Amino acid sequence: MDVTFQFDWQAAISSIPYLLTGIPYTLLISFGGLAIGFLIGILFGLLRISPVAWLRIPAIAYIEIFRGTPVLVQVLFIFYGLPQIIGGPVNALVAGIAAIAVNSGAYISEIVRGGVQSIERGQREASLSLGLSRTQSFRYVIWPQAFRRMIPSLGNQGIISIKDTSLFSVIGVGELVRQGQIYIATTFSALEVYLMVAMLYLAITLSLSLALRLLERKGLVGQ
Amino acid sequence: MTDIKTEPGAELIVRMEKVNKFFGSLHVLQDIELSVTHGEVVVIIGASGSGKSTLIRCINGLEEFQHGHIEVDSNELLPNGKSSKSLQTIRTEVGMVFQQFNLFPHLSVRDNVTLAPIKVRGTSEADAIENADRLLEQVNIADQADKLPGQLSGGQQQRVALARALAMEPRLMLFDEPTSALDPEMIGEVLDAMRELAKAGMTMMIVTHEMGFAREVADRVIYIHQGQIVEQGKPEDVFDNPQNERTQSFLGRVLKH
Repeated sequence: MDVTFQFDWQAAISSIPYLLTGIPYTLLISFGGLAIGFLIGILFGLLRISPVAWLRIPAIAYIEIFRGTPVLVQVLFIFYGLPQIIGGPVNALVAGIAAIAVNSGAYISEIVRGGVQSIERGQREASLSLGLSRTQSFRYVIWPQAFRRMIPSLGNQGIISIKDTSLFSVIGVGELVRQGQIYIATTFSALEVYLMVAMLYLAITLSLSLALRLLERKGLVGQ
Repeated sequence: MTDIKTEPGAELIVRMEKVNKFFGSLHVLQDIELSVTHGEVVVIIGASGSGKSTLIRCINGLEEFQHGHIEVDSNELLPNGKSSKSLQTIRTEVGMVFQQFNLFPHLSVRDNVTLAPIKVRGTSEADAIENADRLLEQVNIADQADKLPGQLSGGQQQRVALARALAMEPRLMLFDEPTSALDPEMIGEVLDAMRELAKAGMTMMIVTHEMGFAREVADRVIYIHQGQIVEQGKPEDVFDNPQNERTQSFLGRVLKH
């Protein structure tokens, strides 16, 4: 069989308007999930280092379970499994956001733990010795420094979660990959369209990297 | 042990009674009995690991102890981290300067000094800033107020740490080896600031290896060996005529050079 490779630029470019309709979903699932995941991460990251065992142990369990199982399985469980428990359907978009939230939340918990534990003990001692409460010490002294150290790892997690949303094409949410698949089903231009899909992911992740680099540079002035 | 009778009527600010502390099986503080009167400057000397830092860290509750009790300005600290009032109440009255300065690196020098007065005492920002600038002036570092701690030398940082502690208007100041992390040429400026403070009548408990400074500034010198107060007295008595052979041997080692 004679296969002549030909890249069809026309097909690639004309797919873009359709692919762009997937971007809002990709962004909504990524950043919605990450925002909730960040809140989960702060809560469980701090519980994880609590001296109180009955606070610490559930946090460890949560982190290990959601870090140790694939995000694809998590979203399938939420989308197909959970309805059997709650007796009603779960919206695909909600399932996607929830999956990113619980999955990134587990990783961010560990990032928060590492960030907080990396602050020298003397910082806490100095703030307590001035009469600050434990809460004030954390809020005004420990957290601002810990957060700055967490930025690179948080950026990493953000990029991973954005790419993870591509798996959610399997539950039919109209994100980037799903839109690509639909387009290919009618045009058969898989090479061109998947390349465009990849480029669009790269555009999102590079923008995030750049934004974080700026934030980090601004933050580093304070170190 | 030389018994130091405090002057009758002198107001006690610290009273430690039979304080014992263990790190696991290590007995780091043994039956510590120690009273400090208002305005007194007490210098604690001893070898590394003798428990002298641990002793002063018990006074503001940074270390727990297992037996005995400590009164600080009529508040009571009890074994295993318990206290009559909250530890926070005690700590607002007791300032501390650390070996490693422990300035807050994300805050400007001025903000380091105003943080606790604003958040703990509820001082207005304007008053806190005015007070901070006065204190920074006092420790001779007013021109650095807008810088970050990382941009300052060690000696400057330690003077900021002193101003930061003084901003809470403490009734007692604890110093945990305040010059041990400094380059030799910067030790003098920190000791000068402490000397001024002593002259102004501040009650101070100082853990240090600076024997010349101790002799000059201390009202009382305490020698600690393996968690026990072995000898205490006026600096000239302890330095020139130590009674205990352990004190003699320690001073023989540190005063030789």
